[in-house]
Amino acid sequence: MSLQDSIPNNVDLGSDRKLMRALEKWQPNFLEWWRDMGPEGFQEDQIWLRTAISVDASGWAHYDYVKMPDYRWGIFLTPRDGERTIGFGDVSEEKVWDEVPGELRGMLRRIIVTQADTEPASVEQQRLLGKCAPSLYDLRNLFQVNVEEGRHLWAMVHLLHQYFGRDGREEAEALLERRSGDVDKPRILNTFNERTDEWLSFFMFAMFTDRDGKYQLSSLSESGFDPLARATQFMLTEEAFHLSVGEYGVDRAVQRAAEATVADSNDDARAQGAIDLVTIQKYINFWFSSAVELFGGEISSNAADYFAAGLKGRHHEQKKYEDHAALGEIYSMPIVEKGKLTSQEVPLRNAINEQLRDEYVADCERAVARWNKTIQKAGLTGVELSLPSRRFNRRMGIYAEYHFDPRGDLIDEATFEAKKDTWLPTAEDRAYVQSLMKPCYEPGKMASWIAAPRKGVKGKAIDFEYVKFTG
Amino acid sequence: MADSSTPVAPNFETHPDRYKHWQLDVDGAVAKLTMKVDPHGGLRDDYELKLNSYDLGVDIELADAIQRIRFEHPEVRAVVFQSGLDRVFCAGANIPMLSSSAHAFKVNFCKFTNETRLYLEDASANSGIKSLAACEGTCAGGGYELALACDRILLVDDGSSAVSLPEVPLLAVLPGTGGLTRIVDKRKVRRDLADVFCTTSEGVRGKRAVDWGLVDAIASRSKFEEAIDTQAKALAAEGADAKRGPGITLDPLTPTVEEDTITYRHVTLKLDRAARVATLTVNAPESDPPTTGDAIQAAGADQWALRCFRELDDAILRLRMHHFDIGLVLLETRGDASKVLATDAALEANQDHWLASEIRLHMARVLRRLDVSSRSFFAIIDEGSCFAGSLFELALAADRSYMLEDDDEKVAVQLGALNGGALPMGNGLSRLQTRFFGDSATLEKVLGTEGPIVTTDADDLGLITLAADDIDWEDDVRIAIEERASLSPDALTGMEASLRFPGPETVESKIFARLSAWQNWIFQRPNAVGPQGALTKYGQPDRPTFDWTRC
Repeated sequence: MSLQDSIPNNVDLGSDRKLMRALEKWQPNFLEWWRDMGPEGFQEDQIWLRTAISVDASGWAHYDYVKMPDYRWGIFLTPRDGERTIGFGDVSEEKVWDEVPGELRGMLRRIIVTQADTEPASVEQQRLLGKCAPSLYDLRNLFQVNVEEGRHLWAMVHLLHQYFGRDGREEAEALLERRSGDVDKPRILNTFNERTDEWLSFFMFAMFTDRDGKYQLSSLSESGFDPLARATQFMLTEEAFHLSVGEYGVDRAVQRAAEATVADSNDDARAQGAIDLVTIQKYINFWFSSAVELFGGEISSNAADYFAAGLKGRHHEQKKYEDHAALGEIYSMPIVEKGKLTSQEVPLRNAINEQLRDEYVADCERAVARWNKTIQKAGLTGVELSLPSRRFNRRMGIYAEYHFDPRGDLIDEATFEAKKDTWLPTAEDRAYVQSLMKPCYEPGKMASWIAAPRKGVKGKAIDFEYVKFTG
Repeated sequence: MADSSTPVAPNFETHPDRYKHWQLDVDGAVAKLTMKVDPHGGLRDDYELKLNSYDLGVDIELADAIQRIRFEHPEVRAVVFQSGLDRVFCAGANIPMLSSSAHAFKVNFCKFTNETRLYLEDASANSGIKSLAACEGTCAGGGYELALACDRILLVDDGSSAVSLPEVPLLAVLPGTGGLTRIVDKRKVRRDLADVFCTTSEGVRGKRAVDWGLVDAIASRSKFEEAIDTQAKALAAEGADAKRGPGITLDPLTPTVEEDTITYRHVTLKLDRAARVATLTVNAPESDPPTTGDAIQAAGADQWALRCFRELDDAILRLRMHHFDIGLVLLETRGDASKVLATDAALEANQDHWLASEIRLHMARVLRRLDVSSRSFFAIIDEGSCFAGSLFELALAADRSYMLEDDDEKVAVQLGALNGGALPMGNGLSRLQTRFFGDSATLEKVLGTEGPIVTTDADDLGLITLAADDIDWEDDVRIAIEERASLSPDALTGMEASLRFPGPETVESKIFARLSAWQNWIFQRPNAVGPQGALTKYGQPDRPTFDWTRC
């Protein structure tokens, strides 16, 4: 199959010499990376996967059995609806850019490379999970997420190849050279160097960490650089599935935990082979606090620059806001001053990251409320999960040098150290969760620690053979 | 353009025990200087020193450390600069500090940091103390310029660590600490590549940084410590043969500071604020100097040649940073010229002794600090003065010298062992060579003089500006002072800087004459510091706008 046939696209790849030249070199390297760093094993198995083969309603979600290395990673931009103008910043109302404006090259490249780097990173983080999947259904979902993260890498690499010349090609190569957790070539963002080697962490990652990605993509889908806006808009449709894998994965673990607690005479979920809610709460605390870092500094000149330059807007900029200049407005945020939390007024543009974090936190609150309903439905009362404060357990930003409890109250280091093991997973908690990670590959069967999903994928039954093993 | 809200009168004296931002660890021939800037430890509290960015206080500690390594740890042959923070070497001078500082402070801050880096190079060239910058993560602007002042630069190759000079694209100012000069003049980076580098805000990393000559070597993260160790040892071996030490202790100067007078043991600075004139008086040694290497070693920091010039250095810095409106400094000397000359002779005779050599090099640095100070200097050579030998350099450094013509010919100047080239200026020449640039006949004649040179002879030889007898003296001197004090300080600064350094250029002279001059111009321009300027708008919600006129 020729290169242009193997790559579904709506960017007229066949007649684009520049893109063809770049991809001819990059695609083999990508496949090599996938073999080295993609899912360990399962590469010869038939996975029932969704492939985007075109951007229209019938084409973006095409389901069939496919071997992962044969997956057709495509390049899609959401079609343009007429003439678009930039919707925010100092360049509001100007015509969008179809090419990279020279003066914004550095900033744009940085935005794209940082976003792009997370895509292969998450595949690398999750590469061993297939070995201990709690069901075939989950195994298939994992691979669906993996191949689509791969496609998101393609989407970003397309931008680098198409619009950034030699620099872009070098950055695209570097994306395949960095490795999650590698001390010599780490991924750019620290969260993406943490290990995700069991499924509770995977679901937490898809719920919390990937959800940052949704808000980043959403901000970028407002971009004045039109190819970026269109690429990220299309990525968002796929991202929604990843988030649901996370949110419902945690929900099913919560359901099983609640049911096991009710079933056990000592209220001991672990005795029933489930993960207890206390441990789940600790995982929420850990993963949420790690994910909120990804939004960047609370007070950020980069964020202000990106917004002012028309590169990165706000979530739902057009739908939600009337004033797209965001100049002269003020954002109040809690800061620590003289050992106390007080409020500081920050120019809104410098607080763009924090505003986006607000949206994210609200979204996470909604998911936690759903999990609490699941607990109630299981007949367990008096127990609720909660989202920690965004100030809790931070390594970066204005809260990093202080200690906070999960409610967000300022505490001293000694108190934090004394309580840490009740707030965050201990080695023992992690060992317990790890001990449950036994593969469960019989169609329709679930591991002991997780409830069955309510329905299968795309109308298929839960016991559908989502993965056909060839070995 | 906001001026600094709180006036800063920094103390230039510090000690490793009191460092807030650096840690000095000496292990045999290798010293490590670890930079971990306390974000809340700035000289003012209206900015935070994030990401190992620095203000004057951070650089005062660095200058102190380099000085102490030379005198207190002479066994050190290599200094490793590294960061105590994760993924950032040094982000350069703190931008909020710069953009909120008064112009005069900015200029003098840059001057001091430039001197500190030149002293690091001086330690390498003249004392065999080599330096290695071990750069990991962000190495930007002043951070890379610090690395450029080192003999070798090692960069982590992790796909993201980069060296950069982002001042032009990000802030619309120049890398002001010698970066532009050193990449082309010292590291010999090709000028077109340097052009690309200096306009690429994200900088250059990995193999390309080596290929372009921006760094000497790269190492993977896991091999980084090993590479630092290997390179530090190799650098230490380069200058290993010289016998140095044992070190001496640099005791505090702790001058008595009163309203208008700062009094040291050998130096006094008197301020006449209303007239905008200061008098800097340097006293000759009162006793005979140590004459052997052992005696020089035993005398330590107490000996006049070291103590007096340390005091002079501190006085110059205080003048620069505490008294911005003093425009004219009268240089006076008091005491026994023969004791100065004996001191110089002893230093010359023992030039192979490490401490004698360090003392001389220190004298030279202090005199160069005076050369580049943006104040008018008049030497007042009157009765009781002792402008001889190393102290005669003060008169040669001055913009003008006034000499009293007394009947009994007691007033004299005199050359000594160190005037022939031991105390070079930034242009690489001695002050006499510079004074008689292009006139080697007179230079020869002057160098051939022996004994005291009385006023009329000094005048004939061109060693002074003006001779006046006791009838004219007071009026001539008074009028000259008042006239000088009335001229525009800006024009004088530019004029003096242009007239003081005839002759060849060096990296040092280019940094002060070319780079600093352009930087100081840009620092005044609306494109940098106007209401819409890039420095003003840095970190603000809106972006800069430029006036596109090319000047």
